[in-house]
Amino acid sequence: MSGGVDSSVVAGMLQARGENVIGLTMQLWNQRRLPEIQSDKATGRCCSLDDVYDARAVAQILGIPYYVVNFERDFEDQVVRPFVDEYLAGRTPVPCTLCNNFIKFDRFLEMAEGVGADRIATGHYAQIRWNPDNGRWEMLRSVDRAKDQTYFLFGLKQDQLARSMFPLGAMEKRAVRELARELGIPTAAKPDSQEICFVPNGDYAGFIDAYFREQGITPQEVAGDLVTADGQVVGEHAGVHHFTVGQRRGLRIAASEPLYVIATDPASRRVTIGRDKELLADRARVSGVNWVSIAAPAEPVRAEVKIRNKHAAAPATLLPTSTPDRVEIRFDEAQRAVTPGQAAVFYSDNLVLGGGWIE
Amino acid sequence: MQRFYFDHNATTPVSPEVLEAMLPMMTEVYGNASSIHHFGQIARQKLDAARKQVAAMLGAEPQEIVFTSGGTEADNLAIFGTGGHVVTTTFEHPAVLATVAQMDHTLVPVDGRGMVDPDAIRKSIQPSTKLISVMHANNEVGTIQPIQEIARIAAEAGIPLHSDGVQAVGKIPVNVADLGVAMYSISGHKIGAPKGVGALYVRKGTSLKPMMYGGRHERERRAGTENVAGAVALGRAAEWIAENDNAENRRQGALRDRLERSILDRIPHTRVNGAGAQRVPNTTNIRFDGIDSDALLIALDLKGFAVSSGAACSSGAPEPSHVLLAMGLSRLEARSSIRFSLGRSNTIEQVDALVDALVDSVAHLRKLAPAYA
Repeated sequence: MSGGVDSSVVAGMLQARGENVIGLTMQLWNQRRLPEIQSDKATGRCCSLDDVYDARAVAQILGIPYYVVNFERDFEDQVVRPFVDEYLAGRTPVPCTLCNNFIKFDRFLEMAEGVGADRIATGHYAQIRWNPDNGRWEMLRSVDRAKDQTYFLFGLKQDQLARSMFPLGAMEKRAVRELARELGIPTAAKPDSQEICFVPNGDYAGFIDAYFREQGITPQEVAGDLVTADGQVVGEHAGVHHFTVGQRRGLRIAASEPLYVIATDPASRRVTIGRDKELLADRARVSGVNWVSIAAPAEPVRAEVKIRNKHAAAPATLLPTSTPDRVEIRFDEAQRAVTPGQAAVFYSDNLVLGGGWIE
Repeated sequence: MQRFYFDHNATTPVSPEVLEAMLPMMTEVYGNASSIHHFGQIARQKLDAARKQVAAMLGAEPQEIVFTSGGTEADNLAIFGTGGHVVTTTFEHPAVLATVAQMDHTLVPVDGRGMVDPDAIRKSIQPSTKLISVMHANNEVGTIQPIQEIARIAAEAGIPLHSDGVQAVGKIPVNVADLGVAMYSISGHKIGAPKGVGALYVRKGTSLKPMMYGGRHERERRAGTENVAGAVALGRAAEWIAENDNAENRRQGALRDRLERSILDRIPHTRVNGAGAQRVPNTTNIRFDGIDSDALLIALDLKGFAVSSGAACSSGAPEPSHVLLAMGLSRLEARSSIRFSLGRSNTIEQVDALVDALVDSVAHLRKLAPAYA
């Protein structure tokens, strides 16, 4: 229970249909650690006292047992630190996926089982179903396409899916808020949190800088050159972690055409910029692949692939490699800003086949 | 669902005799004890009587008792009121540790049994040391510190000794003269009085700078209209201890021993933290290898049993008990430890039911941590 309307409604729904429900809020990140980036107007924060208050209030109204469990250490080790490291390595991470893989559907699942629960339920917009024909738990996109969160859930293994429930996957967001009002849940009108939960205002570069200061790490010399694809130096930057592939903001170069970040190289501290068409790529290599609704294929498979959460899945062919956890994607049409560190998630219509990390 | 409370070191219910004594103070004897008129005078009388009761429990003079809002304030008053460099231990309650952190201080370590070495205290005294503060009984493991010996060292050095006695009062006999302390903190809600009242014993002749300014209450040591109802409650609780203390403590000691013995016998890979030392009779802190104490706490609460891990003040904090860490336990061991603290309401049947629940819950949790299944 995050304190948001989605998880609150899940608690209410399950309780209304007679399930024995226990509400747990995870304390993941102490907002007070980096005071310089805090502001009362900060959006998308997680784990504030207000959120716990909201979750507790909902639990009280529903009359379910409620506890706060602290996973701050694990969250920092498994989500925040890798997030910072990825940016420094010139990649654009997806921390929400790591949180799902290692915290929500691992530590949290373990805690839930430890206190006697059979399964966990979350407010994720996704669907799970058992396929008796192939003996697999399948994941599908949510009915509300705009809210679909399967992009962040591709890492879930069969045994995790077997013990999880996503009651909102079959509902439209509008209906969820309706249901919240019907159930008397006070957070029915609470705005959704966007962005990464531990980065206030989506300023991830500011977060990384503040995190380094807090850790007492003097970052290596981070400033470097902005270069074109042919190696010509055209400007300077203040750190590769301020940039992501496809970014236009913050380049401060006057040019006749819009310029974008094509690639970043932390070793040389160079950020390569170029024109829009240089962002196109028709293939990508993906590693750390997890197969969800199908077993690792031996033959090439047709799929629609998302390379970003806000990306319309593009038709492609998935080519198996020598190991099941690595795949090569050949897009039918070149895609813009294929970004290392982002996830590539493979769909067959609504079915989530699997996904992995773009190299 | 029936609920059983095994967390008396966190707090206690207001006992019936205390409630009976204090309620009329709220509606009938409500005067401001400083007022000249009849209403004030009656309130003053009640306050004086309560002060006498508290003093009697500690073996002190009434004028040596300063009523406060609780143990935390008493600790703060003793430490801020003295100032200078403070010598204290690593496993004090946060009310002492967080306070000394505001000034020059030295933290003396405790050993694996949960005991501080008086000699180590002596060696930490500096020319600038103005106060030594060592808790009488530890709240998490219940070990009793060698206060008399430390008092001798303090006296030799001409430095006042303060002791946080919050977890000792009512559990073991306390006589401030025998102990040799200059100041001693007590808390009402640990001994059957309500939350919000406590006291600091300040030996005659000990100088103390007040923290709270305003009226000249408590002989100008602690301003604020006297909480007569609270003081009366604390007084009655003190009186009850004097009347019943030994028998009840023996009863609780037997229950605690039964609880400990049953756990150690029926659940493998368990160990008492602080077993090697003298402890107060109601407390046992036990580690259950291979489990996470947060999960066990919740599992037990869902079954109706209230226990704790670490001091209540730090629940939800990501760090394991600083007390257990100070005693040399690893992070993992500290995070597998649970504190059981008995009180007047606990019975043999409850203890046996608790152990049954523990056997099940620990087995269940260990199945998820195969090393100990």
